[in-house]
Amino acid sequence: MTNVDKPLTLKSARSLHLTYNLPISRTSKFWKGLKEGKIYATKCPKCGKLHFPPVADCGDCGSSNLKWTELDGEGEIETFTQVVVKPASFSNEADYIVAIAQLKEGVKALAWLTGVEREDVQVGMKVRLVPKITSMGKVSYQFIPI
Amino acid sequence: MGHSRFGDRSDVNLSELTFESVQPALEDSGLTAKQIPYVAVGSMGVWSEEPLPAVVIAEYCGLTGAGLVRCEAACASGSAAAFNAYSAIASGQLDTALVVGVEKMRQIDTPTALEIIGRAGYYLWEFENFGMTFPAYYAVHAVQHMAKYETTEEDLALVAVKNHRYGAINPLAHLQHEITVEKVLNSSVIAWPLKLYDCCPITDGTAAVVLASEDKVKELGVEDPVWIEAIGFSSDTANLSKRENYVGLEASVRASRMAYKMAGVSPKDVDVATVHDCFTIAEIMAYEDLGFCMKGEGARMVREGETEMGGRIPVNVDGGLKAKGHPIGTTGVSMLAELTKQLREEIKPKERQAPMKNYTALAHNTGGTGHYCYVTILRR
Repeated sequence: MTNVDKPLTLKSARSLHLTYNLPISRTSKFWKGLKEGKIYATKCPKCGKLHFPPVADCGDCGSSNLKWTELDGEGEIETFTQVVVKPASFSNEADYIVAIAQLKEGVKALAWLTGVEREDVQVGMKVRLVPKITSMGKVSYQFIPI
Repeated sequence: MGHSRFGDRSDVNLSELTFESVQPALEDSGLTAKQIPYVAVGSMGVWSEEPLPAVVIAEYCGLTGAGLVRCEAACASGSAAAFNAYSAIASGQLDTALVVGVEKMRQIDTPTALEIIGRAGYYLWEFENFGMTFPAYYAVHAVQHMAKYETTEEDLALVAVKNHRYGAINPLAHLQHEITVEKVLNSSVIAWPLKLYDCCPITDGTAAVVLASEDKVKELGVEDPVWIEAIGFSSDTANLSKRENYVGLEASVRASRMAYKMAGVSPKDVDVATVHDCFTIAEIMAYEDLGFCMKGEGARMVREGETEMGGRIPVNVDGGLKAKGHPIGTTGVSMLAELTKQLREEIKPKERQAPMKNYTALAHNTGGTGHYCYVTILRR
């Protein structure tokens, strides 16, 4: 067999479209909290570990009796990037900045940073984590400069 | 060992591609497909049509009936497969096994490929609302490394230039052309500060290696075999936000220390290494995490040519993921195939044959953003 100049391919007549249903019953207070303008984390009463993003079970000590606690949201940027080449499902979005910040409660968060140009973002910049409604009408959260 | 040409391999299907590594690997070992009792396949799939690639390729290559598994450790799937087969032999249950890495990533469009790889972190907390991509995961490491250690975009470009130089003389590489620092710096931004030439390409390819016990090697009369001295492994959190810092990959530190201890060697004993340079910053962090230099000195190593041919430790002289290409599940096996040839001193052209002093080589293969890591030490 020899290689042809332009490879022949058969375009499949079958396509697969996947949309997942994500169970959030055990972290529902977090998602409800976003609608009320609040950012919640969970705290393990047994070992004291604060979890963000929130979890229903503490992997550190095995406890499942976690308590909800509201975060202030103030933090400092540890690192960031600006996504220019986007995944297929984000193709309608403008270039977006994703930052990771250390919050004053001791946990970190990853979210979009809005309201600032990438050229003006610096490691160490003060930001606040706040709830938001996405362009698709879903609850989420983002960093904004303080 | 066997290794296909990497690149856009739309000329062959998954099975035909795999045959290009399996058949030469079998011939090299002196075994036939029917004599292989166990096959471990490293493949992530999704971008090609077969959800059970292992069974499809086994049938095509005449391996049906052997024990069979597909291992997933993202970009380290190939090393996970190697560890799976190695463990089965080391336990005494098997005397030989075949390790296959195969990936066909170019059967779908690029945005969809980015979507699939971007989901390979913590889907709910990093992708659903924030659309992280693989370049973005490494870009956040580049930004912190640059802020803390004064690593520059030019330093990152030097990694790409070095690896393209070797890719240009590797007939199996995807990108067989040299580039310049200017070309890297002027290429389009993918995830700032990473640009097109800071990123590995989307590649099809396969590699295979046959592993055997000491007794089997004697029985087969293999002269001068290459031995797996150690396989170290580790992992890290799914959420990047649950990590201490972004200037290195802790899984690489832990896996390499485990491998050095198991093999009884130190970084200075390594004659040649392949490190997981899916992005240029990843190679600089790997130098530091693997102990080739102190933390923060990775950029200096590439600036001073310490990881070029003739330097202290030649790294990725096959072109690396950057120029050779990174067919996800194949990469770990490709590293073992390349280093086996290096240790046998069979590399052609000679310009990319590393000089051997201790006949010791190291393969560093991470999956995700250091979510998985395997470090394998080979010796002849």
